[in-house]
Amino acid sequence: MQNLDNLESQSIFIFREARYAFKNLAMLWSMGKDSNVLLWLAKKAFCGHIPFPVIHIDTTYEFPQMLEFRSWAKEYYGFELIVKINQEAIERGISYKTHDPVTVTHELKTVALKQALEEYKWDGLITGIRRDEDGVRAKERYFSPRNQSMEWEYKNQPPEFWNLFLATLPNNGHVRIQPLLDWTELDIWLYIKRENIPIPSLYFSKNGKRYRSLGCWPITHPVPSNASTIDEIIEELYHTKTSERAGRAQDHAEPNAMQKLRAKGFL
Amino acid sequence: MNNHLPLGTKTFNIVFAGHVDHGKSTLIGRILWDTDSVPKEKKEAAIAYCQKNRIEFEYAFLLDSLLEERTQNITIDVTEVNFFYGQRRFRIIDAPGHLEFLKNMISGATKADAAVLVIDSSVGIGEQTKRHAMLLALLGIKQIVVALNKFDLVHYSPQAYKILHNECTQLLEKLELPCNFVIPLSAKSGENIIERSMHLSWYEGKPLLETLLGLDISASPENSPLRFPIQDVFRFDERRLLAGRIESGKLQCGELITFYPSGKKSKVKAIHHWPPESSPQVVLAGKSTAIQLEEEIFVERGEIIAHENTPPIVATDFFARIFWLGDQPLVLGAPYTFRLATQQGIARVLQIQRVIDAMTLEDLQPVPMEVKKNETAEVIFRTSAPIACDLFENVQTTGRFVFADQNRIAGGGIILKALPSKPVHEIKGRSRISAAQRAKFLGHRSGVFWMTGLSGSGKTTLSNRLEQILFHRGILAYVIDGDELRGGLSKDLGFDAQDRKENIRRAAETAKTLAKSGLVVIVALISPFEEDRKNARSICEKDGILFKEIYVDAPIEICKSRDPKFLYLKASKGEIPKMTGLDSPYEPPSNCDLHLLTAQESIETCLEKLLDFIVPLVRISPDKERELGLLEDPAAEI
Repeated sequence: MQNLDNLESQSIFIFREARYAFKNLAMLWSMGKDSNVLLWLAKKAFCGHIPFPVIHIDTTYEFPQMLEFRSWAKEYYGFELIVKINQEAIERGISYKTHDPVTVTHELKTVALKQALEEYKWDGLITGIRRDEDGVRAKERYFSPRNQSMEWEYKNQPPEFWNLFLATLPNNGHVRIQPLLDWTELDIWLYIKRENIPIPSLYFSKNGKRYRSLGCWPITHPVPSNASTIDEIIEELYHTKTSERAGRAQDHAEPNAMQKLRAKGFL
Repeated sequence: MNNHLPLGTKTFNIVFAGHVDHGKSTLIGRILWDTDSVPKEKKEAAIAYCQKNRIEFEYAFLLDSLLEERTQNITIDVTEVNFFYGQRRFRIIDAPGHLEFLKNMISGATKADAAVLVIDSSVGIGEQTKRHAMLLALLGIKQIVVALNKFDLVHYSPQAYKILHNECTQLLEKLELPCNFVIPLSAKSGENIIERSMHLSWYEGKPLLETLLGLDISASPENSPLRFPIQDVFRFDERRLLAGRIESGKLQCGELITFYPSGKKSKVKAIHHWPPESSPQVVLAGKSTAIQLEEEIFVERGEIIAHENTPPIVATDFFARIFWLGDQPLVLGAPYTFRLATQQGIARVLQIQRVIDAMTLEDLQPVPMEVKKNETAEVIFRTSAPIACDLFENVQTTGRFVFADQNRIAGGGIILKALPSKPVHEIKGRSRISAAQRAKFLGHRSGVFWMTGLSGSGKTTLSNRLEQILFHRGILAYVIDGDELRGGLSKDLGFDAQDRKENIRRAAETAKTLAKSGLVVIVALISPFEEDRKNARSICEKDGILFKEIYVDAPIEICKSRDPKFLYLKASKGEIPKMTGLDSPYEPPSNCDLHLLTAQESIETCLEKLLDFIVPLVRISPDKERELGLLEDPAAEI
């Protein structure tokens, strides 16, 4: 499994560079499959420790199974967990019943993250995004600067090569560190299988359906599937012709929705 | 589990490069389409988009996901996509072709095992094709496949192939790259990509994808010498762990290791991975690891762990090939942040030996004093502290480095030679603004024009008029006058030999500083001794400042009769000891750059001669002449 070894080693390398470069580091965690691989790699990078807080941006539309997993994992891994909810938006009546998915995602995820950043002043933020998830994410860097408004200047990204990273910190902004950038959906599953990484049960088929990607329950749809083991999921992915985030409404609500979301600070 | 999946194999990274509009993205889109690697809804979305906007379907849309890219039809930043073909897993890195996106092209290309250079057959090799090929050579990518795209436009002609094949061979040979694969194809019509093309029966090679399958995956560097740069030192508990990645070679428990550049030694006590049961006895190249030492020696991030018998180079002076990406040019002598492996320090470029023109791949003549954005060069640089490294040809990871300016990567390079640390003359560059930038801003170059001659020979008169005329021609000039100097900077000096020498040194240093700021400096000083004037010249020239000596020559009798400052009168009364020309000698210049005879020629003639001499030396181009309109140009009457 040379491919997985290379991916693992590169991710660990990036984690360690991030910890060296940033005084005030945090890691985003959504309890999903990528997030759990991220957590696992952090443990590997720091020899069994997770030397920074783990942040969950809670939209209040989490699947109950995910919240259960959250409490379990906190105990199991023993990390410092920070849960952040954009209370102000919820009080303003932002909800999937009354608003479109792009607006709600922006308010409950992006704005919530902004509030957390203002509160905790992180200069480095580790995320689990992958290049193959989306055409816009494909253009990301391992170390990706964001300005104070969390905007991503995708037209003028700093050069990045040979693993010689420089943490370019914009004024009062932060840097996103993205150790999973090179991983594909298939790599994630092969690694989960190899390392035996705990993940929520929603990914496995129930009644002919399973979730390929997880988000807020009102806008996340399962795909038809009978894959109820990791091996079956891997086999399914090898043959599938639909994309991973097809069941995520906010990506497809309008043309270039993802680009607009990301430029404003969405993962 | 399916056995036909080539999942465990190493991913083969291929960068697609080439001139803008030569069809790179179309070719990649086509490959994805033909190998059935595009998700259904992505296909549908691209088709729907084209229908909605009433444009012809383009394979490039499968890739160019960003809004601006669809509307402008170009690739802004690197896109990476995976596909499987013939038991091999490929990652395509699509690099943008536009010049202004070169940094993105490099960000993508540095990860590649091989490159596909896409050329529009109907156009031939473009400027970017050359530039990209040069970068691929610089980045050490040796396997290059030339895709002669749009071959339908040259009617699948074997003659056209022959001509293009020749051109490509010549280009790659110039860059010392092998030219083994030149493939005629058409991305748009899908010819010679997977299947051999009906139209190309004369072509003897393989189609594109089969060619890619035949390329080598680079051998793993396990058999090279051990290089283990320390990334960090962990103290999470009682243990002290050195963390990092083995970049080449292998490391074993219990063996003796040496740290470079410090030269400290220790033994490996244990290797610690997580989960603990996965901790190995041996770690091979490519693996991130953490080790514990037998004895607690103080080492930090940056040191490279190696074996004593195969040490890295430790030096401060290097000969290297670089490419520059910064908006501001690379300035000689200016301090840049330097990074190699996990070492970080300050580096200054001492010499620029070659700058290569990407258009022609020829050296720029004369050798420029700076390296501009998107140029490639060969330089000698010095680091502020010794660096442990390798020649790029021996170990790639420890043989390449980056320069950063204000915390943004401004360039990268590879080490070709380490040099013995002999005291090269260092240009003490502090300024981040180059002489060329200042000249461009002002519209003229700087320089020091040193006027020497007896008191009363006409130095002050000429230099003041000259300053005024130059100014009105848009050349910012300033006079440093002997009297002014003595009234200020040299207030503390008298007139003995020692003090006169010091006065001239101060004048020269001041002139040099002003000239470094971009001005044309005219010095009007008696400066009677050849040695002092030589010293003034070397003060300026060693910092790269143009220095010209002008002899303002009038016989002593004439000067005495003029006596504009009554100095000769005062001297005759004994008020001024050691008056030059009377009781202290004047040494005429043996080798001046301009000789003015003010006793025989009018002031106007002398001024004309001065202007004819100075203006061509400092003017960049006549169109820089500025009408300041402050005063009538006093030169108009000349």
